[in-house]
Amino acid sequence: MLNKFPLWKNLLILCVVSFGFIYSAPNFYPADAAVQISGQSGSMVIDESVLAKVESALNEANIEHFSGEADGESALVRITDKKLQLRAKDVIQAEMGGDYIVALNLAPTTPEWLSSLGGTPMKLGLDLSGGVHFLLEVDLDSAVIVRLEGDLQDIKASLREERVRYRSFDLKGTQIVGQFRDIEQVTKAKSIIRTNYRDLQIQSIPGQNPLSMVLNLSDVASSLLEDNALKQNLTSLRNRVNELGVSEPLVSRQGKNRIVVELPGIQDTAEAKRIIGKTANLEFRLESQGKGGERFAFRNPRGQGPDAMLEKKAVITGENVTDARASFDENGRPQVNITLDSKGGWQMGHATRDNIGRRLGVLFIEYKTKLEKSVDEYGEMVIAPVAFVEKHIISLATVQAQLGKQFRITGLDGQRESSELALLLRAGALAAPMYIVEERTIGPSLGADNIEMGIKSVTFGMAFVLLFMVVIYRAFGLAANVALVMNLLLLVAFMSLLGATLTLPGIAGIVLTVGMAVDANVLIFSRIREERKSGATVQSAISAGYDRAFVSILDANITTLIVALILFIIGSGPVQGFAVTLSIGILTSMFTSIVMTRGLVNAVVGGRKIEKLWI
Amino acid sequence: MTQLKIYDFMGIRKYAVVLSVLLLGLSVWSLSSQGLVLGLDFSGGTQIEVGYEQPADVSELREKLEDAGFENPVVVHFGSDTDVLIRLQGEPDEKIAEQIVQVLQSEGQSIDLRRVDFVGPQIGEELREDGGLGMLTALVVVMFYVAIRFQLKFSIGAVLALTHDVIITLGIFSLARLEFDLTVLAAVLAVVGYSLNDTIVVSDRIRENFRKIRKASPVEVINESLSQTLWRTINTSVTTMLVLLALFFIGGELIHNFAIALMIGVGIGTYSSIYVAATVMLALNVDREDLIEAVEGELVDDLP
Repeated sequence: MLNKFPLWKNLLILCVVSFGFIYSAPNFYPADAAVQISGQSGSMVIDESVLAKVESALNEANIEHFSGEADGESALVRITDKKLQLRAKDVIQAEMGGDYIVALNLAPTTPEWLSSLGGTPMKLGLDLSGGVHFLLEVDLDSAVIVRLEGDLQDIKASLREERVRYRSFDLKGTQIVGQFRDIEQVTKAKSIIRTNYRDLQIQSIPGQNPLSMVLNLSDVASSLLEDNALKQNLTSLRNRVNELGVSEPLVSRQGKNRIVVELPGIQDTAEAKRIIGKTANLEFRLESQGKGGERFAFRNPRGQGPDAMLEKKAVITGENVTDARASFDENGRPQVNITLDSKGGWQMGHATRDNIGRRLGVLFIEYKTKLEKSVDEYGEMVIAPVAFVEKHIISLATVQAQLGKQFRITGLDGQRESSELALLLRAGALAAPMYIVEERTIGPSLGADNIEMGIKSVTFGMAFVLLFMVVIYRAFGLAANVALVMNLLLLVAFMSLLGATLTLPGIAGIVLTVGMAVDANVLIFSRIREERKSGATVQSAISAGYDRAFVSILDANITTLIVALILFIIGSGPVQGFAVTLSIGILTSMFTSIVMTRGLVNAVVGGRKIEKLWI
Repeated sequence: MTQLKIYDFMGIRKYAVVLSVLLLGLSVWSLSSQGLVLGLDFSGGTQIEVGYEQPADVSELREKLEDAGFENPVVVHFGSDTDVLIRLQGEPDEKIAEQIVQVLQSEGQSIDLRRVDFVGPQIGEELREDGGLGMLTALVVVMFYVAIRFQLKFSIGAVLALTHDVIITLGIFSLARLEFDLTVLAAVLAVVGYSLNDTIVVSDRIRENFRKIRKASPVEVINESLSQTLWRTINTSVTTMLVLLALFFIGGELIHNFAIALMIGVGIGTYSSIYVAATVMLALNVDREDLIEAVEGELVDDLP
């Protein structure tokens, strides 16, 4: 018998090989260090004139650059010397001013014919490119509480309007609890609430005091509220991240109440953390007159005393702010100019019209966490994060005239504070406070080291295995080696094409795949040897070796694939990267080690009558 | 043509049982008494890696940080003596990294902030739960697959071999006080995959031989199957070990423990696929009859 592949199988192998070469190729063109310039708002045009300005600034600073391009939305300049990238950014930022976002970037150098075929290089994970990763948890309970606080005031007002008398109405946790003096009032109140506040549920607990009433937010309303809160937080975070000037930021939702933020290539991590990590809101409240109100300390207790009493009800909150810019007043003191939306402007006008001469306070609210030790029900010491809120007055100024959509906050500590406050206001308020629950910062030097070590270990691991296979299986070992190299190319090609992110554990997965991919060939070749030992002819030994080993290979690979899938489902970021490379590697290696080596073996010895097999 | 040498693997299976029980006992004892050294991913806390230009004195740095008011800082070399890893269990303050850099920089040496990790305690707890759950899911799914493809006795053998490998790998990590983090968890799951690979290949051969060799005792069939697959088992272990050695020596500190876990796992996995799975099958009285039904139901297997 002879071992021959039909033409279509040989063509298939040829197709897969060329696929592997083409789509892994973009990874072999190293990226250029570049600086990207875009506008703070979408309406700004970034064209050739902007580019010319940038280029002349770089020329002046003696920074070599090439192939600048501008497409109307953004401009990109490549820097010849990678070390000067950071300086180039500073030079450009200084030249262009604060209206432009200047970001560091790595520009791919994929040739045009490759990109036209859809070839792109693999994306590098944060552990390879350097950057910051945050996992933020949104405190959804407090969004519910804020909502209920508003409802509570409204309910009280409408009950008073309808002349329903109640003893008290308060917020307890995420419930509103009302107390009445007689049953008749309870019934009246219930019917008012049922018709006007459909989002609220009146709880009926058996054995409950008939003169009290417990309300909570219905499930539908609260999940809608939570969903909206998370979406608004996502939007606000995206805005803040855009202000930071990162070339490819990632802000996405994870699970019910978490948000992932990844900022690759960020060099100034402290700045990123300050802006992302700061969860703040503003409230504008009038100073209280006489009884009632809350006492707050000043953020900078200078001149105005240690604290002041403000009314409990806010006139507007940070949500109504549409724009905020830092500037200086006539005397050169820092200030923030604020623009409100129409609702906020109306409310502000309404509140200040009758209160000229009173003082209006700006309350700065920061959400922070601290770790606290406590003893749990099993008597074990647990350390849990405890959220707390800090509220400080940042300014308390007399209302000179009716305020409208535009006004300003003065009395700030310095230019840094004014620009930070403006940024936080502009980037939008958060619907619910967020806390950082995980944070990873990888410096650029570590990222570069990781890439280098990764490439080195792949190279060495590969070299060892190639050598071993040739020593043990000689000519057949060579066939297995061709398949192994091809497997690596295919793995890289698929990962590039699928847009998978390469991480350090991903590289480990590649190395492991290299080691394990030859298993299939080891199985096949051992089987061929055995068949030869038991007296089979050359051609039937080859055929039986491949056929008999196939079942084992399939079973073994499917079970490994199951494990990789589970790894992908339970794992987070880096572990998923490992699982992805492992899974793709298993699939590509099945093809290369079974089909491809068979093709090679068939082509070389399959068509001839030979007596001895060099295996 | 020389006939294949048959080794009497199963003849010494009593010693293998003793060895496995000893290793398992030691592992379980260590895991229950001192547990694992949990890495930051699971324990939560703050960890900072800094690079110096000259070799750094770790104890001096520790004193410096203590003087600056940090409680019980753990300061160790990381990979080389110019790299230092600082671990704090304290409050995850956003300024902590900046403060530490300030304290360290006061020496006048220039330092490079290489990495800052903060993991909140609730994340660590979730990861621990998910990791354990993933491991159990993997074992159960694999058991089902093997039970369907082979037979229940094979499946019990395979799963016991996997459990054996996982417990001993974890036990060695616990005994040697090596840090257990997310990458090590991934490695342990990869060990499950690898060891399974081995066990399946051996089981496949045992099944084939039970059908082919009519007049032989189960012990003889298993010995022959193990001898036939011995070279394949060794060669695959060697190639995998080769790349793991490359990862261990060149891959860098971050995947050091990943490589160690896999090397232990591959070693134990090779042993267990020869001794544990087969011994369990024999203990369950595996015989030709167990596979007769399967033969009729799975004729497909004999086709390529």
